[in-house]
Amino acid sequence: MKQLEHETDPKILQALLASRNDYTVEDVLENEMILNMGPQHPATHGVLRLLLRLDGERIIGCIPELGYLHRGYEKMAENMSYYEYIPHTDRLDYISPMANNVAWVLAVEKLAGIEAPKRAQYIRMMIAELARIASHLVQIGSFAMDVGALTVFLWTLREREKILDIWDILCGARFTNSYTRIGGVANDAQPEALAKAKWFIDQFEPYLAEVEQLLNTNRIFIERVDGVGAISKEDAIDLGFCGPNLRACGVELDLRRNAPYLCYDEIDFKIPTYTEGDCLARYFLRLDECRESTKIVKQVIEKMPQGPVHADMPKKVLPQKDEVYTKMEELIHDFMIVNFGINPPVGEIYHAIEGSKGELGFYLVSKGEGHPWKCKIRSPSFNNIHSLPKLVIGHLISDVVAIIGSIDPIMGEADK
Amino acid sequence: MGLESYIKDNGFLTTQLNAIIGWARKNSVWPMPMGISCCAIEMMAVGDPKYDIARFGSEVMRFTPRQCDLMIVAGTVTYKMAPVVRKIYDQMPDPKWVIAMGACTSSGGMYRSYSVVQGIDQFLPVDIYLAGCPPRPDNLLHALMMIQDKIGKTKASQFPNITIEDKGIKLPELNVIQNN
Amino acid sequence: MDLKAVIPQKLKEKFPSVEFEVTDYRDELTIKFDKKIVVEICTFLKTDADLEFNWCSDVTAIDWATRKNRFTVVYNIFSIKHNFRLRLKADVDESECSIDTVSSVWKAANWQERETYDMYGIKFNNHPDLRRMYMPEEFEYYPLRKDFPLMGIPGSLPLPKK
Repeated sequence: MKQLEHETDPKILQALLASRNDYTVEDVLENEMILNMGPQHPATHGVLRLLLRLDGERIIGCIPELGYLHRGYEKMAENMSYYEYIPHTDRLDYISPMANNVAWVLAVEKLAGIEAPKRAQYIRMMIAELARIASHLVQIGSFAMDVGALTVFLWTLREREKILDIWDILCGARFTNSYTRIGGVANDAQPEALAKAKWFIDQFEPYLAEVEQLLNTNRIFIERVDGVGAISKEDAIDLGFCGPNLRACGVELDLRRNAPYLCYDEIDFKIPTYTEGDCLARYFLRLDECRESTKIVKQVIEKMPQGPVHADMPKKVLPQKDEVYTKMEELIHDFMIVNFGINPPVGEIYHAIEGSKGELGFYLVSKGEGHPWKCKIRSPSFNNIHSLPKLVIGHLISDVVAIIGSIDPIMGEADK
Repeated sequence: MGLESYIKDNGFLTTQLNAIIGWARKNSVWPMPMGISCCAIEMMAVGDPKYDIARFGSEVMRFTPRQCDLMIVAGTVTYKMAPVVRKIYDQMPDPKWVIAMGACTSSGGMYRSYSVVQGIDQFLPVDIYLAGCPPRPDNLLHALMMIQDKIGKTKASQFPNITIEDKGIKLPELNVIQNN
Repeated sequence: MDLKAVIPQKLKEKFPSVEFEVTDYRDELTIKFDKKIVVEICTFLKTDADLEFNWCSDVTAIDWATRKNRFTVVYNIFSIKHNFRLRLKADVDESECSIDTVSSVWKAANWQERETYDMYGIKFNNHPDLRRMYMPEEFEYYPLRKDFPLMGIPGSLPLPKK
């Protein structure tokens, strides 16, 4: 018999095609199976590879493998200036791109000693919270879709399109918009964009209630996620679990309260926490966080002060284009900043914000040149996936899908 | 490719047959979303109520390659991921087409680094290159319409009919149990 | 209580023979010490009742591209009780490119040390599972070292045929 071009052992082939069957039932039941939930899979959000060791259908071992989206972010940061890196930070957590821009710009401003004006800080707060709502909407939609409820996905994406429209008016791009700049934001928020944001917040609550109506009392949904993937408080802190996942275990750690940045200490909001730490608690927590974020955006729009949106430091902040074309000083500054960079003083900082997945931090080391000497991105999804083996062991294969969906890993930032 | 390969490519009836089969095939393209990174989110947005892809016949986004004709590679392909993409492409049955969505798949995009493949046409045959980072959902629908034009004009002679006997594999004789 | 003054004092009391280098830049405290005692210092910082640094944010390394003390391993830790961030640093020379692991103190350091090994080639002694994180296992180089080019070395990673 001719060999198939990629097949291996002719003896196995012969045994399979022979009419007698020499395998007994006991042989098959005694062995464990290694299952590869490969990088291309409908339920792993992005390219995550899981190697599962199964005893029947119960999981007794799990090894996640990353690196299928490793694009070399940290090496590229060492070769380009601080301004050039802003579009790259968009693509880290690609579901809430504005939040990453805010994180990078805050870290560079801390290193260089620049302070953005009040209006720019309020605008940054508004877009960071809208990014958080957009990210949670996608998570709720895809989590419900993985568990089996397909309608919820279409409804939450429809709401997300409204947020993308707001960003479209604000800065011209609906997705991966590099809107923030060092020393402020790219352009002032138009009254149209603020009015649309206010309209969105006012009509958002009933749509969230619709989604809850579909899922909260749905027996199939509750039985599929209640008690699945529970983790204790001490384990979660030790393993580096962060963001909404940690708050669902009972730990009140939110960087907007514990280490406030921008103007979060002037805004009134609650930090929801649950104690069970399973998938259902994480789902409820994300719904509550959407509601808190709408409250924050409402207050921000009411309290937004008038004023400039660029810091007044001509040697470090890029001037506006119409001034560059008409005045001499601004032309010189533009040339120096674009070609040689902003040259912060020698030193190092670590700055973290509360992104939609957890603590997103940048560790920057500067040697006084226009590009960083070292940039390390502390991504929340990397640490969330680290606790995946602890959550999954002891459950069935179909629970793995629900657990991955509730942790919400984004491979763009986990793999850097 | 089924029926058409048995009909020789000439005559009025065969061109009409080609036209009908092409029309049926192009209005029911089932895409295989190879969603890897940010462009996958815009591909998801194409499926939502605002930029409906279901009206083009492509609502069924199957994640198994055995049931698809069109592979949309959306996202940066790294050297580690390239054999996986190639394996999925090989598993798709003929006829198949590929859309390279976004700047990263067309030419490496903004990532000129040690681990990113600078363009997937180094290991896959690509039909349409889509520009944008990420391309707007309207742009993806435009690409889908261009592919539909191409599919409608594809003739049977482009995809030869390779059967399993041509590869030299002999299947065993089956014992017929019941003969009705 | 002002942790910035308390921490160096407590460390000097507990480890009198060790030399600490304390710096304060942009309101952030950094402590540098010899790499041999890293596990004892981290255990003390975590278990001391006043300090309780139980959250390990990040473990990474810096490549200075000098002949002596080429690498510095950096630990960013956080105390949830006091809302205080601290940075610890230890120099590693290229000739003896290894340091003890702290994954016995904080489990979160496990994968972060694997990533540092993958990118810089610094070995962590007694690590439970030291493998490469991002690059494939057969890759022979360490990408984030300063002598590795940005575009990579042609032929180091295989590609399927068309």
